[in-house]
Amino acid sequence: MADRFHKYIPATAAEIEHMLDAVGYPTVDALLADVVPASQILGRPLDLPGPLSEVEILAAAAELAGRNQAAGLQACFLGAGAYRHQVPAAIHHMVSRGEFLTAYTPYQPEVSQGTLQGIFEFQTMVCELFGMEVANASVYDGASALAEAVFMAHRVARGKRPKAIIAGAVHPEYQEVCCTYGLAEIVKLQAQAPGADGRIDLAELEASLDEQVCCVAVQSPNFVGLIEDLPAIADIVHAAGALLVVAVTDPHACSLFESPGACGADIVVGEGQALGLPINMGGPYLGLFATRKKLVRQMPGRLVGRTHDTDGKPGFVLTLSTREQHIRREKATSNICTNQGLCALQSAMYMSLLGPDGLAAVAERSHAHALYLRRAVAALPGFELCFGGHFFHEFLVRTPVPASQLVDQLVGHGVFAGVPLSRYFPDRTHELLICATELNDRAQMDDLVRLLGVHTDSDGGAA
Amino acid sequence: MQFPADVIYTKEHEWLRVDGDTVTVGVTDFAQDALGDVVYVDLPGVGDAVAAGDTIAEIESVKAVSDVFSPVTGEIVAVNEDLDGSEESVNEAPYGAGWLFRIKLSDASELEGMMDVAAYQAFVAEQD
Repeated sequence: MADRFHKYIPATAAEIEHMLDAVGYPTVDALLADVVPASQILGRPLDLPGPLSEVEILAAAAELAGRNQAAGLQACFLGAGAYRHQVPAAIHHMVSRGEFLTAYTPYQPEVSQGTLQGIFEFQTMVCELFGMEVANASVYDGASALAEAVFMAHRVARGKRPKAIIAGAVHPEYQEVCCTYGLAEIVKLQAQAPGADGRIDLAELEASLDEQVCCVAVQSPNFVGLIEDLPAIADIVHAAGALLVVAVTDPHACSLFESPGACGADIVVGEGQALGLPINMGGPYLGLFATRKKLVRQMPGRLVGRTHDTDGKPGFVLTLSTREQHIRREKATSNICTNQGLCALQSAMYMSLLGPDGLAAVAERSHAHALYLRRAVAALPGFELCFGGHFFHEFLVRTPVPASQLVDQLVGHGVFAGVPLSRYFPDRTHELLICATELNDRAQMDDLVRLLGVHTDSDGGAA
Repeated sequence: MQFPADVIYTKEHEWLRVDGDTVTVGVTDFAQDALGDVVYVDLPGVGDAVAAGDTIAEIESVKAVSDVFSPVTGEIVAVNEDLDGSEESVNEAPYGAGWLFRIKLSDASELEGMMDVAAYQAFVAEQD
């Protein structure tokens, strides 16, 4: 028995013996032999290294961590849905407070006024940014927010419009999540190829709409960084009786361009990471979700509202909970019965620290840097912009050598040059998606341009 | 509690007022009392084809959201649009201004299994 005793399994040898007695087996192995087929039993210890001391563990972990190339220590031009912006130090300090960090999304109004008020203010700021009337307390991330929006449009149409159209220039991973959600069973996705100019082809959109379509989902700025003509798209979509869903991967864009709501969107979703969250591998990220008041009963997720108590004092409570899983079970609007409470709070801190002017300043500076960088990269021999037109802070450029090769070479120089499009579309080997934010200063951008030139120069480079 | 005699009743606590080949449908006084204050009613679309037993409407009260089933097979010919903003009619006048929708019957024989007022009163008495 002693060899079965484990310091991380809180059963004593005596307790294990007692349990074995109860089920009538002499040893744990004898018990397992009766319930697990012999062919599935390994019959030897797992091939794992032996235990290490604390000192040895720390040294091994430090060695592993040292092999990471953290975006903050490089010149980072990565975008494609995750954006590196400055996160003010005050945010890290505030969000690390135990009251916020360790609380498991408490919703009882009698003990959670602070959390509820924080979420209420988050919702209000999301509405202002997106130009919408109502926002929820957040969902998991931008991709799941888009899938939930398609679900919601399907509910609004009462199942009579089984199809959803997703524009080809929506982030490929967002499209994939929509499919993973199982929408294909009730909503046939039509991935629409982007038009020749990198944006949605309005004529093709119009031709593909019929009374079977519950919604059209577009992204703007789209996956290749371009601004879609949302007012024109909205007119076409609404004329067909469908809803317009707009996804935003960096919400700073909404403080520089007309908001999706002002352009006629019915549901606006977004990835909130760019608003005060670092670019973590695998998250947690933050799904933003907003809609029109008339559609609020079909909106997924939690909603915090302001009300008055019996003495007339203002307070905050979960509202419209009757739509939600903890009340409605199988009839709920969504199976997402939680939200990214801490991340939402963090982005509320970010938005309130910067204010509307600060957000616009970040957007303007990012755009100015991207304009400078785009011009310089386009002027390099062998490089060519894939698309013209209005853009925010990302652009797609054709490269004279395979883009993934360039990216690998520049990593050795401490530069993350961008995201090769082949990562998402294997046959598009010579296209590189480059993003600039306010954190990419002139020296970094000049260095990127120089390195791109060196590594594609047929005389001395890697061609 | 009101039990008018000019309607017939279902086990789902809905009432039907028959007029030729159309029926007007609402929820009973017993049902509205159990639901509590109604704050929102989601109605079907005019022209919808419905089958007996389908979930075709929802009543949201301060307590819960409840499904409303179509008691018969047919086509929705009218819905009570006045409820939008006056949802309390379902509580205050369940057999009058609080009606929900009107269905053109496909098969009048579906009405045969429903309860008259005496049977429904007995049915409600069993529920308590």
